[in-house]
Amino acid sequence: MEPTREQLLDLHRRMVRIRHFEEEAGKLIETGKIPGALHLYVGEEAVAAGVMVHLDDSDQITSTHRGHGHLVAKGGDFKRMYAELFGRSTGYCKGKGGSMHVSDLELGMLGANGIVAGSIPIAVGAAFANRYRGNDRVTVCFFGDGASNEGAFHEAANMAALYRLPVVFVCENNRYGEYTAQHRHQAITDVADRAAGYGMPGVVTDGMDVLAVFEAAGQAIARARRGEGPSIVECKTYRFYDHVGVTGMRIPYREQSEVDEWRGRDAIAAIELHLAEQGILGPDGAAAVHAEVLDEIAAAIAFADASPLPSLDSLTDDVYTNPIVIGSADHTRLRAEEARR
Amino acid sequence: MTTTAEAEAPPAERKLAFVQAIPEAIRQCMQADPDVFLAGEDVAVFGSVFGTTRGLLEEFGPERVLDTPISEIAIIGLATGAAAVGLRPIVDIMFMDFIGCCMDQLINQLAKMKYMFGGKARLPVTVRMAAGAGSNLAAQHSQSLEALLCHIPGLKVVMPSSAYDAKGLLIAAIRDDDPVIFIENKFLLGATSTVPEEPYALPLGVAKIARAGTDVTVVATGRMVTEAVGAAATLDGEGISLEVIDPRTLQPFDLPTVLESVAKTHRALVVHESVRFGGVGAEYAAEIAEHGFDDLDAPVARIGAPFAPVPFSPVLEQAYVPDAARIAAEVRALLGR
Repeated sequence: MEPTREQLLDLHRRMVRIRHFEEEAGKLIETGKIPGALHLYVGEEAVAAGVMVHLDDSDQITSTHRGHGHLVAKGGDFKRMYAELFGRSTGYCKGKGGSMHVSDLELGMLGANGIVAGSIPIAVGAAFANRYRGNDRVTVCFFGDGASNEGAFHEAANMAALYRLPVVFVCENNRYGEYTAQHRHQAITDVADRAAGYGMPGVVTDGMDVLAVFEAAGQAIARARRGEGPSIVECKTYRFYDHVGVTGMRIPYREQSEVDEWRGRDAIAAIELHLAEQGILGPDGAAAVHAEVLDEIAAAIAFADASPLPSLDSLTDDVYTNPIVIGSADHTRLRAEEARR
Repeated sequence: MTTTAEAEAPPAERKLAFVQAIPEAIRQCMQADPDVFLAGEDVAVFGSVFGTTRGLLEEFGPERVLDTPISEIAIIGLATGAAAVGLRPIVDIMFMDFIGCCMDQLINQLAKMKYMFGGKARLPVTVRMAAGAGSNLAAQHSQSLEALLCHIPGLKVVMPSSAYDAKGLLIAAIRDDDPVIFIENKFLLGATSTVPEEPYALPLGVAKIARAGTDVTVVATGRMVTEAVGAAATLDGEGISLEVIDPRTLQPFDLPTVLESVAKTHRALVVHESVRFGGVGAEYAAEIAEHGFDDLDAPVARIGAPFAPVPFSPVLEQAYVPDAARIAAEVRALLGR
């Protein structure tokens, strides 16, 4: 599966969009402009880009606590994303979800998720709906090495394989479950090994090489789209920043030399080298992409900053689609009807 | 089915058991809406261990009636994900005690997705489960854990007490666009009542006056409705008239219907099968006291199970579950008799 010239440029642009979105978000949380906590995707861009280039808006994804990169790669709107991080009413979730719940159902992005592995069974449900409807849509479920130890992963993987559902489980193995190194949280090296236990294929790929992700994810997604069932694609990757935020809590749990080594394998630098070597995009062209993305981000941040805060009246809205308001006129009418029954 | 019923003179008083009312409601919803499917542990080939899904696999086939692995997390996730992209799932996790296995999916995913997403998602999911003691099944197959779920914004919680209500409330639950927890009391499965053949929905959030009376208002849920009505018959002979109210929907709670009754009786007793401490009765009693204070001639009384797991030995279990005699005794005490 060779990417076309257009696909190569697309991969590059998606990665650059994620990188700058996250770098700017990191600055905003460090300065206190964004409340709460962020889990930055910097370093893992090749995974989201290499997968998402195979999907269109009608395909679904589920995401994780580290979810901004997935929504950006799926085509998320910077303005609504920053506005959500700022807690504004113009945000993707009207300021009710924040970083850990950014979502865009129209783009098939079924939400970042604050619970590790919480979204994996939901991905299986979406895939079931696609099969039930008889369409050829695929659901991609992103999760981490840490999530693969949760019962939710086991139950969902088993069910997906049993029903041969069109879902692809993409493991972003960034070597840490929060602050606990992989060798300290599981006895295996490759999460993909677990696939055999469910009766599905599992492959390991280099998550710092967007072309490798493109190839592996492309095969798995095509397989699911053909109705041949689920699989696991494990991408070995690395988060350049801390579990939470940029500098984190400064408690040593990984070596700086390790961070430096992985930073030396930056997937964006690698694809830019490749694009230049192939004569597809030179340094000036790449710089133009970065500049264009940064301009869009500056405008989006300005939009978010100028956006209104949610009205306090909205606090209890959106709990239900059909709220039953006890004592309302509707409720009183229903009670009167019941009394006559 | 309805066409046949219309062609012939419909039987005026068709009796149906609770256990038959449930599959009839599901069947009629599946016939009416192709987006409705049923999934759960042993719901297809076996027709549910309680018999509440018999015949559905044969009628609708394995694409719409699915046996699942024993995987409560995956079952609730299946429903949540399928609903988020447009289907209307009914899922069955067998014994209510098993919600312990899937609480994250119930309370952090299904219940909150709509709110967390700023209202974008619509989650028409019905989660069915069987509750209640009385079958000598001990501590992990007998609980009534509704209070845990009533505490979670985003969920609606329904607990019918008769076959008629079970059918009408289940249809309403399935048609509702929000997650509804539908609790079926095992002890009531054989209870029969008049159940119309045609589909009908009873409104969620509206209590039912199970028995009209004048002296004491008894708010009872699930199986305790039957016990309260039984107590009422006994107390009639003593010149005490009970008004028994079944909230039917536990969350939200139809307070106005109860307050109207209390304004008449001036005394209230709340009864449920679950553990008394922190049960829904605690909330109901507080609401009645807060909003009906001026009408009350006595503190709101409460009956629930003791603060212990459900015991196995039949003699212990019988002592554990509140019954008509305890309700009658509490009513007498409330009246100072």
